[in-house]
Amino acid sequence: MLRADAVSFKYGADTVLRDVSLSVPPGGLVGVLGPNGSGKTTLLRVLAGLLPPSSGRVTLGNDDLGSFSRRVLAKRMAMVPQETHMAFDYDVLEIVLMGRYPHLRAFQIEGTDDLRYAQHALAATGTSQLCTRGFETLSGGEKQRVVIASALTQLSSDVDTTDQSQILLLDEPTASLDLGYQLEVSQLIRSLNQRGITIVVSTHDLNFAARVCHDLVLLRSGRILATGPTEDVLDADAVTQLFGVKAHVGYDQAAGHRLVVPIDRTHPSSEP
Amino acid sequence: MTIGLAATSVPQTESLRRRFLLTQAIFGGAALLVCLIAPLVGPTPIRLTRVFDGSIPFADNIDAQIFFIARLPRAVTGALVGAALATAGVVLQALLRNPLATPFTLGVSSGASLGAMIVIVLGIPLSLLGVPVVPLASFSGSLVAVGVVYVLSRVRRQGLSTHVLLLAGVTLNSLFSAIILFVQYSANMAESFQAIRWLMGNLDVSSYAPILSALPLLGAAFVSFAMLPRSLNLLALGAEHAAMRGVDVLRAQRLAFVSASLATGAAVSLGGPIGFVGIIVPHMVRLLAGSDHRTLLPASAFLGAAFLVTCDVVARTLMAPVELPVGIITAMLGGPFFLWLLIRHR
Repeated sequence: MLRADAVSFKYGADTVLRDVSLSVPPGGLVGVLGPNGSGKTTLLRVLAGLLPPSSGRVTLGNDDLGSFSRRVLAKRMAMVPQETHMAFDYDVLEIVLMGRYPHLRAFQIEGTDDLRYAQHALAATGTSQLCTRGFETLSGGEKQRVVIASALTQLSSDVDTTDQSQILLLDEPTASLDLGYQLEVSQLIRSLNQRGITIVVSTHDLNFAARVCHDLVLLRSGRILATGPTEDVLDADAVTQLFGVKAHVGYDQAAGHRLVVPIDRTHPSSEP
Repeated sequence: MTIGLAATSVPQTESLRRRFLLTQAIFGGAALLVCLIAPLVGPTPIRLTRVFDGSIPFADNIDAQIFFIARLPRAVTGALVGAALATAGVVLQALLRNPLATPFTLGVSSGASLGAMIVIVLGIPLSLLGVPVVPLASFSGSLVAVGVVYVLSRVRRQGLSTHVLLLAGVTLNSLFSAIILFVQYSANMAESFQAIRWLMGNLDVSSYAPILSALPLLGAAFVSFAMLPRSLNLLALGAEHAAMRGVDVLRAQRLAFVSASLATGAAVSLGGPIGFVGIIVPHMVRLLAGSDHRTLLPASAFLGAAFLVTCDVVARTLMAPVELPVGIITAMLGGPFFLWLLIRHR
């Protein structure tokens, strides 16, 4: 269980997160939903142990996140950032195999198992045919899926992975994708979760959250507005409070999930 | 490149290993070959078969004496300096995530140059108690530069800031260059000429002593490099990526910065600030063998050695008996070759 307990975070004098408490149950699929600048990315970084909280604490199991070495943590937790820029040309297979970092020594060459994990991850993300392409030649959606494949390769191990102890954090994975790719990535996230990987995903896309997430954390100006199962939390009132937008929230039979239709701006949402 | 219809399958670990070994064998073989041939070239022709003819005692074997005593130290120096500059370039380009970084970007070489310059212009005897002063002064200068840059980069507490590192290095380079110009301006003609010659780079080494004194530093740097390749792959993707993949980012950055600076400082104290090797060799290897630092680091060491020794042979034979500064040749020979590589790969 990944848990944040009364976490605050400051960049210099700016408080970005205030008194945030949440828990991610094993096997959960939790969405962090909020407008731009609400602190979603910062929250993910704090949950990943990349930023130490200014106050409060983050725990994984019974231990403080800061007590893990990066290498140990990397075997249990991976993150897919919003965008990835390479300083040099790497091909797709190289990027995916870099996920094996915490499992190998400095000059060690990937063994049969490592390559098998990479192959599975490429297949799971539908990127096998991109294997020899240069990363920078890929489209946005392809890049996103390759980085997810790298994260999956990182989390693979001989140990039985059905114990739901592995966590994947995704920062706005669909932000720069068109409709087709958005749907593909949504389905990928759900199928990974069904295979036992615990997932935390940040987004400002209401319908993406409705389609994908079991539970939601609503974040506004660094504070938690509400947490709970998607069906309980995502209603017209929540949309208004989060985005300053009047919306109709219905249920779509064909899609099988809630559907949010924005109607009109009520007031600017930036100030609480 | 077109996308094939057939799914490309992941290669076997055996083929990865074979490709790695083959690449290193090719680059290593080239380096060895160049180091064997270079000492054969010179005003007195010698033959390799006679050099290694075991039936002639060493004391009577003129060819072997010329090879091992007069010329091999120079080739070995060139190989070490070339390997050090090329690998330091690889490491700094990954650390700064900047393909334009060179071993001299962070001010190491201008610090070293200033040290050497002061000793030359002050007319301090070139050797004190048997210790050559110019290399010592230049190495001290490089340490001062590294220290200043490192302290500046630590001022902000959030780890090692590569932006601050880069800006501090560039600023320090300008500052030191200005002081070097001032020192030269106030020197007389003879000193000034000697100083400029030093700045152009020179591998005129005719004994093993300077090599032995630089070896511990270079050795320490190379051992540190050997711990870094997979971390460098991830640092090139960004600090956050690296941390999430399990890299101890601050430790890796420190190790990279300190070891690359040591290698550069030692190399400059041996051969002067020889330009171009540290930026062009890493890119040549990337174009030929890819960007994976496990391949890139050792292959760059080999190619850096082969390249600089070759340039040195050209420098001392092109207008013989006049010897050209090797720094001129590295750019004149390497530049067009690199441009050709770039065009060929488009």
